[in-house]
Amino acid sequence: MAEQEITLMKGNEAIAHAAIRCGCDGYFGYPITPQSEVLETLAEQKPWETTGMVVVQAESELAAINMVYGGAASGKRVFTSSSSPGVSLMQEGISYIAACELPALIVNVMRGGPGLGTIQPSQADYFQATKGGGHGDYHLIVLAPASVQEMADFVDLAYTLAFKYRNPAMIMADGAIGQMMEKVVLPPFKPRRTDEEVEAECPWATTGRRNKRKPNFISSLELQSEEMEIINLRLQAKYAEIEKNEVRYEKYMCEDADYLIVAFGSAARIAKKVIEIAREQGIKVGLLRPITLWPFPTAIVKELSKQVKGILSLEINAGQMIEDIRLAVEGCVPVEHFGRLGGIIPDPDEVLDALKEKLIK
Amino acid sequence: MTREEIIQPENLVYKKPALLNDVPMHYCPGCSHGMVHKLIAEIIEEMGMEEKTIGVCPVGCAVFAYKYVDIDWQEAAHGRAPAVATAVKRLWPNHLVFTYQGDGDLACIGTGETIHALNRGENIVVIFINNAIYGMTGGQMAPTTLIGQKTATCPYGREVKLHGWPLKITEIAATLDGTCYVTRQAVHNVAAIKKAKKAIRKAFENSLAGKGSSLVEIVSTCNSGWKLSPEKSNQWMEENMFNFYKLGDLKDE
Repeated sequence: MAEQEITLMKGNEAIAHAAIRCGCDGYFGYPITPQSEVLETLAEQKPWETTGMVVVQAESELAAINMVYGGAASGKRVFTSSSSPGVSLMQEGISYIAACELPALIVNVMRGGPGLGTIQPSQADYFQATKGGGHGDYHLIVLAPASVQEMADFVDLAYTLAFKYRNPAMIMADGAIGQMMEKVVLPPFKPRRTDEEVEAECPWATTGRRNKRKPNFISSLELQSEEMEIINLRLQAKYAEIEKNEVRYEKYMCEDADYLIVAFGSAARIAKKVIEIAREQGIKVGLLRPITLWPFPTAIVKELSKQVKGILSLEINAGQMIEDIRLAVEGCVPVEHFGRLGGIIPDPDEVLDALKEKLIK
Repeated sequence: MTREEIIQPENLVYKKPALLNDVPMHYCPGCSHGMVHKLIAEIIEEMGMEEKTIGVCPVGCAVFAYKYVDIDWQEAAHGRAPAVATAVKRLWPNHLVFTYQGDGDLACIGTGETIHALNRGENIVVIFINNAIYGMTGGQMAPTTLIGQKTATCPYGREVKLHGWPLKITEIAATLDGTCYVTRQAVHNVAAIKKAKKAIRKAFENSLAGKGSSLVEIVSTCNSGWKLSPEKSNQWMEENMFNFYKLGDLKDE
């Protein structure tokens, strides 16, 4: 086996390189801190000269997400990236993409809010990403990377899931994962699909009606309520299928754990340090790291809740995922939250103090 | 000579374009949309582009354009058609990609997308139906509503002090380096229809030749919104709209 090439790069750069390597057809984005390196790296790499991938700096996040809509509706593998305020601006388009059942990738490198907020890392867009964000009953498939390696790996995974279910997928990172440099093994090069392959994979897409096929029309409008309900029920059935098949998580030192931390992204890395310190002090703590925030790993949280005395939801926000944890455990064990706000990364010692104070007493 | 003997291919002087579907249109009698749809269907057919055309329709009366012209369509969010078309054309560079938008969609909520797509010189065609009113939502004031014109949201007539000036976005488009062809047409009589057809065809050809963006404005009637008969609407358009929105090419490079 050929030796894998290890590179040192930022999470945002890894997203860009991975997209080029996994046969992405187009990127449409608008600069915003802390994710601008995605567009900058793509511009520097000039993939239009190598793979033929299109890169457009849009006039706004609004335009960018609608470019993603257009590209996805014509069967192409497209994506955009932004950070919290920009992703808020994209919500209308995201709702349309979900409604039209288009496969697309949206990357959110979260920063602290609300409003213009701060450019420092945050996880405060959990509700927005997992509970809808835009209008109407819909879900995104939400992947939460906890390393630069996962930033690179989740691009292809997101596309696989997006095309499998004809549903938009989101990589929800935070400013820390986007900005930090780590060792990464980039995915192998995969050629972009030919036009014929796009047409074969996406017979529903607007690709021009070659060979006089029936015209395709991409729309989310249906004025007849009875018809619109049928469309909604079909979407809900699809979401149920995704919930059944696509839950992903990492379990860490849970076998003998008396207490459980549930954390995703950067917070999960902090949790591992907390567990190390806690175990030195004889407190057996384990970690459950949801990799898919939607679908949420409800069943495994429920299962672990039977074994532990308490659960701490460690989030870099004011307590959002804790609602899903509480729904999962149905009151069986105490579930508490610890988080820092405004772009501050929690310190392992203060997390352990909080765990002791809130759960052990 | 019987009727059947007369109906022979060699005697055919006019027929409905094959790409215009044989379904009742939802447009009001007297509305310009039907005529513009017909021209688009006719031109795509004449250019032999039916297998390589993607249309992007707006939010507004033309939201149902896909029912009438037998090609692939995407329905864009309100005002976003030029952004949608940008991606489609960049990703399918040999296809004919056009947007079909009204004045509210193009010149109000989607002004940003319109200006920037045209300014980037995207090789797309923007068909702009300007009837100076929001038709589908029931006749509210549009960015293009004339001074003094009465609508549901300016029932005493548009007033500069209250509502500002009507926007000549086509004139703005002509100043942009990305546009190669900007023209203002109408479809209220046979001569105008012929000119409008030539204009749309030229715009489509420009797009395929990669010359940049083309904008074809069609000054149109909305007799339901204007609360006039089809005939009176044409008259009102000629007397009022054409004075402010002057017909002809603004740019042809």
